[in-house]
Amino acid sequence: MVRQELRKLATYLFFLAILIIPMLGFRSTSFESQRAFKTLAVFSAILVLNFVVKAFRRGRNTVRAKEKSWVERAGERINQVPRIYTIGGLILLALTFPLIANNYMIDVGITCLIYISLGLGLNIVVGLCGLLDLGYIAFYAVGAYTYSLLNLSLGLSFWAALPIGIILGMICGCIIGYPTLKMRGDYLAIVTLGFGEIVRLVLNNWDSLTAGPNGLFGMKRPALYFPDFTEGGLTWTTYYLKSLPALYYLILIIVIFTIIGVRRLDNSRIGRAWIAIREDETAAELSGVPTIWIKLLAYALGAAFASVAGAFFAAKLSYTNPNFFLFMESCIVLCIVVLGGVGSIPGIIVAGFILIAVPEVFRGLENYRMLAFGAIMTTMMVLKPEGLIPASRRRREIHGSDRHKQEAFDTSEH
Amino acid sequence: MDMTAILLQQMVNAIFLGSIYALIALGYTMVYGIIELINFAHGELFTAGAFIGVIVLTALQQIGWVESHFVLTLFITFGLAMAYVAVLGVAVEHVAYKPLRNSSRLSALLSALGMSIFLSNGMMLSQGVSDRPYPQVFGLDAIEIFGARITNGQIFIVLLAIALMVGLQLFVHRTRLGKAMRATAQNRTMARMLGINIDQTIRITFMIGPALGAAAGVMVGLHYGAVRFDMGFIFMIKAFAAAILGGIGSIPGAMLGGLIIGTIEVGWAAFLPSAWKDVTTFTVLIMVLYFKPSGLLGESSSEARV
Repeated sequence: MVRQELRKLATYLFFLAILIIPMLGFRSTSFESQRAFKTLAVFSAILVLNFVVKAFRRGRNTVRAKEKSWVERAGERINQVPRIYTIGGLILLALTFPLIANNYMIDVGITCLIYISLGLGLNIVVGLCGLLDLGYIAFYAVGAYTYSLLNLSLGLSFWAALPIGIILGMICGCIIGYPTLKMRGDYLAIVTLGFGEIVRLVLNNWDSLTAGPNGLFGMKRPALYFPDFTEGGLTWTTYYLKSLPALYYLILIIVIFTIIGVRRLDNSRIGRAWIAIREDETAAELSGVPTIWIKLLAYALGAAFASVAGAFFAAKLSYTNPNFFLFMESCIVLCIVVLGGVGSIPGIIVAGFILIAVPEVFRGLENYRMLAFGAIMTTMMVLKPEGLIPASRRRREIHGSDRHKQEAFDTSEH
Repeated sequence: MDMTAILLQQMVNAIFLGSIYALIALGYTMVYGIIELINFAHGELFTAGAFIGVIVLTALQQIGWVESHFVLTLFITFGLAMAYVAVLGVAVEHVAYKPLRNSSRLSALLSALGMSIFLSNGMMLSQGVSDRPYPQVFGLDAIEIFGARITNGQIFIVLLAIALMVGLQLFVHRTRLGKAMRATAQNRTMARMLGINIDQTIRITFMIGPALGAAAGVMVGLHYGAVRFDMGFIFMIKAFAAAILGGIGSIPGAMLGGLIIGTIEVGWAAFLPSAWKDVTTFTVLIMVLYFKPSGLLGESSSEARV
């Protein structure tokens, strides 16, 4: 048994070497073995470790069947602490972050938070409803361009443009969602990919409206308004959020609202309907879930969150251009969702920080970022499809069947 | 040039482009037919083929074989590119798809996507971000037919593409392995019960499909004169559109779909604003999936897979 497993592992490592060595070893025509073998060693170590852990656990399982994983145990330990301390502590940390960090760190923090809010939005579509959307960044683009165009042509403020952006994003979500309602899995993925590219190409080619590849610039930052009574009547003083800490607090508020919104949705009737669709669409439909509307709603709400993030992004940079919305960006957001654990909110927050902040720390490895993202995606799916911090429902779904079997086995013995 | 010459010229271009799309589409269709998974990494395998082609061809040019042993040079280039990519295809299958064969559709798709990102960035790191020039081995000799110019390279490429497709058709329909492949595509469980080695059949599919893609990669390089690490993406979407249009899982369908997509693209670029030609292809893809997801030549059973 072990020998068979070992042979499997060896074959796997052999094919992994075929994949990794040429991709990392060559630079133009010269061969730099060190880099390739180092990477290969890291992957082999992960796989061997995984193998050892599995073998070890299998050995123990016969004695103690209900062993919990360390993530579960850590989660339980955290849950024992009153919630006000853990969440309050996190919020306090997030609030005090700009006081201790320099501008560069705050900028990275803002990028992290933007991606986290995108990840949370995509989580609705992919995590809860189980529809693989590869064109999610298109909604982000819709939000960014809506704010840019409204601000530049009509002079609308950020707050006035935001609802319009959200509505436009939701409409786009429905437009993309509608033709895909009948499709499942792979076809859906490729169609959303196509839609995402169409949006980018339209933005790129429609010179008269979007200024094409040059992009739009000169948008006003989001503003706060204070009543001012000094000169007789009531006037409003406008305070533009230009500094990085101010923008940081704004996106933090957006992320907190997104988290609350996604959580409420997750626990609502709609959330349960999404999960029912993800598990088995036919069964959901037969149980009376209006699948068409619920799926459209998933697209529309996911798009709404992305649209908010996009409007903030355009307002923060005061510049936008179609090349911010490449297919790769969709992949990064998807990678955040996958790494964190499909359907898991804390997972997405952690994954957002890992995937966006850590590459900033290792600036020298910038080129390896996307390579690592790809590798992480495949590795996660092969080794731990439920993600770093699995959503409780999803965990039950993936490991539940084994446990039931085990329990059935236990009871039959007694 | 008068109108007929222009039309004829565009038709030549369409057939040329269409046969390249068809070759790539075959890889998708075969893999999808057998494991019902979009091989997202197929576009990158195609690019890898193109890169092997440029490396081998440059080396052979330096030792002067392009002039002295022209046919042998082409043979070696295509052979090595196809062989290497076949191995790479099997590696991708073993590393990313095989462990997920029984898990959910979403996991397998994400794994495939991860592989695609990994390969495309791996090629960027190892081969550079800029265009890699391809040695121009065919020169500029061309035949003129009613005013339309057909270069020698185009003729060679189209003939080779047709030969490969005919070869594939014969392989799938006349050999034991081909029969095993068809059986596995129809019903994997039943095929296993009848003693077909499923793993081996899937592995062979992952050799042939990517190898055809690699041949297409070398052809693209030879014709356009340059390759880039990210060119696989756009070819992937178009070839996929071709595979869907023809009916996924159907080999003649992929050929027909490739020709139609090639014609649409060339026609659009010739007579309408060419910046929008990619938008047209994507729109065609979405329309086909919406109105006739089984494709032109697909079996009706593929409706169930949508």
